[in-house]
Amino acid sequence: MTASTRPVGGTILTPAAKALLVLAVLGGAVGLYRLTQGLGATTAMNDGYPWGIWIAFDVAVGTGLASGGYALAFVVFILNRGRYHRLVRPALVTSLLGYAMAGVAVMFDLGRYWSVWRIPTHPGSWNGNSVLLEVALCMMAYTAVVFLELGPAWLEGLSASRRPERAQLAARWLPRAEKALPFLVALGLLLPTMHQSSLGSLMMMAGHKLHPLWHTALLPLHFLFTAFVMGFAVLYFESTFTGAAFKRPLETRLLARLGKYVAGVIIAFVVVRFVGLAVEGKAGLLVGSGLFSFLFWTETVLLLAAAALFLRPQTHLRPDQQLQAALLSMAGAALYRVDTFLVAYNPGNGWSYFPNVPEILFTLGLIATETFLYVLVVRKFPILAGVTPAPGRAVPAGLKQGATT
Amino acid sequence: MPHTVVAEATALSRRDFVKVCTAAAAAVGLPAWAGEKMAEQVAKGKKPSVIWLHYQECTGCTESLLRANAPGVGELILDLISLDYHETLAAAAGYQFEATLESTMKENAGKYVLVVEGSIPLKDGGVYCYVGGEKAIDTLTRVAEKAAAVIAIGSCASWGGIPSASPNPTGAVGVSQALKGKPVVALPGCPANPYNLLGTVLQFATFGTLPALDDKGRPLFAYARVIHEDCPRRAHFDNGRFAQAFGDPGHRQGWCLYKLGCKGPQTHANCSLLNFCELPGAWPIGLGHPCIGCTEQGIAFNVPIHQNMPIDKPTAPMAYPGVNPPQGHQSLIAVGVAGLVVGAAAGAGYAASRKLAVPPGQGTKKED
Repeated sequence: MTASTRPVGGTILTPAAKALLVLAVLGGAVGLYRLTQGLGATTAMNDGYPWGIWIAFDVAVGTGLASGGYALAFVVFILNRGRYHRLVRPALVTSLLGYAMAGVAVMFDLGRYWSVWRIPTHPGSWNGNSVLLEVALCMMAYTAVVFLELGPAWLEGLSASRRPERAQLAARWLPRAEKALPFLVALGLLLPTMHQSSLGSLMMMAGHKLHPLWHTALLPLHFLFTAFVMGFAVLYFESTFTGAAFKRPLETRLLARLGKYVAGVIIAFVVVRFVGLAVEGKAGLLVGSGLFSFLFWTETVLLLAAAALFLRPQTHLRPDQQLQAALLSMAGAALYRVDTFLVAYNPGNGWSYFPNVPEILFTLGLIATETFLYVLVVRKFPILAGVTPAPGRAVPAGLKQGATT
Repeated sequence: MPHTVVAEATALSRRDFVKVCTAAAAAVGLPAWAGEKMAEQVAKGKKPSVIWLHYQECTGCTESLLRANAPGVGELILDLISLDYHETLAAAAGYQFEATLESTMKENAGKYVLVVEGSIPLKDGGVYCYVGGEKAIDTLTRVAEKAAAVIAIGSCASWGGIPSASPNPTGAVGVSQALKGKPVVALPGCPANPYNLLGTVLQFATFGTLPALDDKGRPLFAYARVIHEDCPRRAHFDNGRFAQAFGDPGHRQGWCLYKLGCKGPQTHANCSLLNFCELPGAWPIGLGHPCIGCTEQGIAFNVPIHQNMPIDKPTAPMAYPGVNPPQGHQSLIAVGVAGLVVGAAAGAGYAASRKLAVPPGQGTKKED
């Protein structure tokens, strides 16, 4: 099942990669300053907003965007749609990098980051009622699981090595890794379900500090929905850009068939959200909450526009519209998460927060590092599927048929 | 040998005189140009004649007036007004002194200012207070008849004060009750703040008018607000920091005295804004004792000193900071940078999708 994947190869230090490295170094400098000088000296965070974009964007949105592996594994292994399997490995790489970067962001956001290793190793000190503990444990476990899920890819990469001991190691462990894969996949489906919904539970505990349009009993479900939306959207994003960047044929036909899942999740999310608000008697807040009404409708319109694009038959043929739909849904779901974690959150006592330049630089540095590592991995390891025949540009009948099978 | 020119030390130049008048105007809250005007009036020989009558009182109001410095009592009674009859300050005595009263009334009929200190007994025909063989109520009625203005200084003259406290054996009342139908400026206080008298007298001397009064005849400039509103310890009240007992840690740190029976919330006076005799903190609360409400009829000498009072005006004035002052800071540069990043991401996303509209072949940088 991995026979068709192979490393992309090519030069690592292209001009674009160098630009990414410059951003990464800038972000790293901010990180170093934070580790030595403290959070207060580096960020605009305060006693009212003890978290900023490093959590709201880097972690909440970052792990959402890293849910590609989760969403795709759900479609491939639970719904048994094996044709999407060729997208699994790049999706898992995105997930691994996304979660690793979120972990890095959390590390820099923790006041006493040097104690973080105690979380997995000191179960006696766990607070069983803590949502945050669940998020921390699940994320740590999931990052490890995704790394192991990619075990075959790492080992295949090693087996191509010119050094015999590496090839030997790979030959010995590759069968075992493939045998363990079903269990890892099952874990890889369970863990994100737990911690993505826990991100919602986390903000549910904010109580009245969160605007009622966002604070609902359905928050955990909403975070699962948005994890799926962003996870799917990232598949389009990543597939389209790697195709363009490495001058490979685009997976337009395959992605076209995925569109109905994305649109389905988006519509389900919007419907559940509106019904939930109506049941909780908050429908009146949809208008007349000022900025918050505007943000709510912006999220909704972005997501519905994406769903409409995904469902349009023409979109199935056009990579540009697929990308537009993916970006719109990413923007809508990311806005939902940033709103929930920051904008609709008001700790009271007059506190306000806007990220300062170092925080933005650090976030850009993280994104740049992630992108650079992704390119590095796909160039060195068999992640991307081999060349598939270029899709015909005008075969609507066949495509329609394919989309419904 | 040092030579001292005695004559120059006592002679007052016009410049010095204007200075005295301006200082007096400033001390009592009149505009600066009022000093100049005051000096002009006096130069024209229009010093108002003042008759000061004492009845049932302790002379505390006079004592506190003697301790004012701007203007000092010497400047006041010699330069600014013509204090023609005052029993405590008079050099003369007996028939000679009483004759002054008659001559002053005759010479300044309808123009002099009458200041009354002390309450007037009315019980049993007013037999409880005689001065110069004449009953208090008789002298008062006679002198007030030809006065241009009647000022009652102190709580006794304003509403009866301590002589009127229960059971009020002499039937003591204030001037306004004794003189039915005659407008009286009341300056309650035990003693009254001398600057409230100076302000009233100097305004009359300069402009010939009396200050605006409330329904009890008290000048609004001094008695419009309750002590509580301008109390230097008000922040402690608003934050719930109360002295619970004399000498406790809260009391030592100058916390609010409300729970020790402070009458500030009910007492109309300007003690907190204008301390006595230019001595900072020279007023009861400033010295660590709750206000006893000495200016307020029905409170002073009627309500026990340490009994709690209801809060009369519970709302905080506008000047207090909000409950939630803005916290946290935002840099405009960061807002700009964030806007650029988001805009660039959106633009790049759109541009990339436009590029894909043509058959792929052109490399596109991965972005977010």
